[in-house]
Amino acid sequence: MTETPNLVAFTPERLEKVKEIIARYPEGRQKSALLPVLHVAQEQWGWLSSEVMDYVAGILSIQPVEVYEVASFYTMYHLDPVGKHVIEYCRTGPCCLMGGENVYGHLKQKLGVEAGQTTADGLFTLKEVECLAACGWGPVFQIREQFYMNLTNDKVDQIIEDLSK
Amino acid sequence: MAKKILTEHINVPGIETFDVYRKQGGYTAVEKAIKTMTPEEVVEEAKKSGVRGRGGAGFPMGMKWGFLAKPEGVPRYLVCNADESEPGTFKDHHLMKSIPHLLIEGMIISSYALGANKSFIYVRGELMYVIRILEKAIEEAKAQGFLGKNILGSGYDLELIVQPGGGAYICGEETALLESLEGKRGNPRNKPPFPAVKGLYQSPTVVNNVESIANMSWIINNGGDAYAAIGIGRSTGTKLISASGHIEKPGVYEIELGVSVEEFLNSDEYCGGIRKGHHLKALVAGGSSVPILPAHLIMKTANGEDRLMSYESLSDGGFATGTMLGSGGFIVFDETACIVRNTWNFSRFYHHESCGQCSPCREGTGWMEKVLHRIEHGHGSMHDVDLLVDISKKIEGNTICPLGDAAAWPVASAIRHFRDEFVWHITNPHEATQPGAVYRGEMELA
Repeated sequence: MTETPNLVAFTPERLEKVKEIIARYPEGRQKSALLPVLHVAQEQWGWLSSEVMDYVAGILSIQPVEVYEVASFYTMYHLDPVGKHVIEYCRTGPCCLMGGENVYGHLKQKLGVEAGQTTADGLFTLKEVECLAACGWGPVFQIREQFYMNLTNDKVDQIIEDLSK
Repeated sequence: MAKKILTEHINVPGIETFDVYRKQGGYTAVEKAIKTMTPEEVVEEAKKSGVRGRGGAGFPMGMKWGFLAKPEGVPRYLVCNADESEPGTFKDHHLMKSIPHLLIEGMIISSYALGANKSFIYVRGELMYVIRILEKAIEEAKAQGFLGKNILGSGYDLELIVQPGGGAYICGEETALLESLEGKRGNPRNKPPFPAVKGLYQSPTVVNNVESIANMSWIINNGGDAYAAIGIGRSTGTKLISASGHIEKPGVYEIELGVSVEEFLNSDEYCGGIRKGHHLKALVAGGSSVPILPAHLIMKTANGEDRLMSYESLSDGGFATGTMLGSGGFIVFDETACIVRNTWNFSRFYHHESCGQCSPCREGTGWMEKVLHRIEHGHGSMHDVDLLVDISKKIEGNTICPLGDAAAWPVASAIRHFRDEFVWHITNPHEATQPGAVYRGEMELA
């Protein structure tokens, strides 16, 4: 699990990136940078604690509540600590038609956790998500930016084993 | 082989790079538009092409451009909607990752036509790897003088920005998308004012789907009239169809509008037929929100005419016996699919994705999900079927944005065409809740 950061600050490289993002928008419209900057923050800390959100609010010169309401509205932002690998599996119709429910059942059994939970070793968090726009290649899950497609129980076993090394 | 406008070069090795894309004739349309045409002439070609919004609404793109207000001294914006999230739809994902320069080229032409100097591509955040592909393509185009200041020495400046979303289906609705782009929750705005008058940052804005904009290179190179000559009637040009479900060859296919549903479903050029040993039971032709059709209304309309892949033919018969082309999310169900379970699944989706702003949608989607859950799990009562129809009617048309309609239609149509299956679940709860149990009553398969 990622600890709550004591000292909240972007790394110098990420701070550069954040400045570059803010500069994209017209003057006075820096709030437009909120969603992309929250992605950068999550990349650094793994999840968005209230300290991190307050820090982002300060950088963008907006109220903390403006960050909270956005972070809690969009499903990609984690508001609680997560494991090293967050497995986001698609539960929507087309993936289920292709046997998704069985594959995800197998995944849960293998990890011994339900959706929304993290394995005891802190390695995997399971998260149920809606359609990932990959319906022709279902069942599908995503780990960070990587899509894993046409999943079967065997493929799931292999992926979990590879990531457990 | 049918005419290909968007995917002709999609399998050329290296087509994601500027050099290969350029060798295939890429960016000639930008040169032609910027060097030899006025913005008004570009808009005129878009109008002549008859190309309709490919995100689902099917509104003519050129006409939408024509509504853009042009007050003196106020910036105008073009925003590309790449928030593709409608279940069953994955064509924009496929197009952007495979041939990113096609979208970039379309964005440059379209921005020039609208007089926008800063344009955005709003991509759903889950597609972060696609965002990186697009950003790389933008850098390449900029290095070659097709983006940035004084493009091709014309004096026209354009900056292109890729904006990630945060995971919310509602941001595919154009005003929710604009709210999100301003760094807010994706709550759709009340209209009017429409974005064409007050959009991003309260400035005149056009929002167009990825596929719509990607057509612009071909339209400029070949002319709007040539585009309009492809397709059938008011369904001009080609359409990307995302095919999923129980078929031999799921994937993204570019069709000439007007090809028959039968050919699309059964020919090896496209879906390759229902998976072997199985039979067609139902079809969702245009993404999860359009009405589901039973087998006997898929290949032929209620009047016995061939059903075609076009805006008009798919909607023939209205909602009583027809459906919609929508976003082209073509989901195929064979006899092993349970319509009740799928309807519950779709309902759960809309409940999850409702922004919560309008009571009929916020409360109604959750209510429908609950009722469908209890029918699917053997606790339904006969009253529930009509209750679902009643709730769906009270959501439809009573919300700020079309998510309410999108949630109501799948439920209403499933009951319209598969009522017996719902009743069977209610009257045979034990049998219906066995693993893999599916209604096999008096149902016509194809």
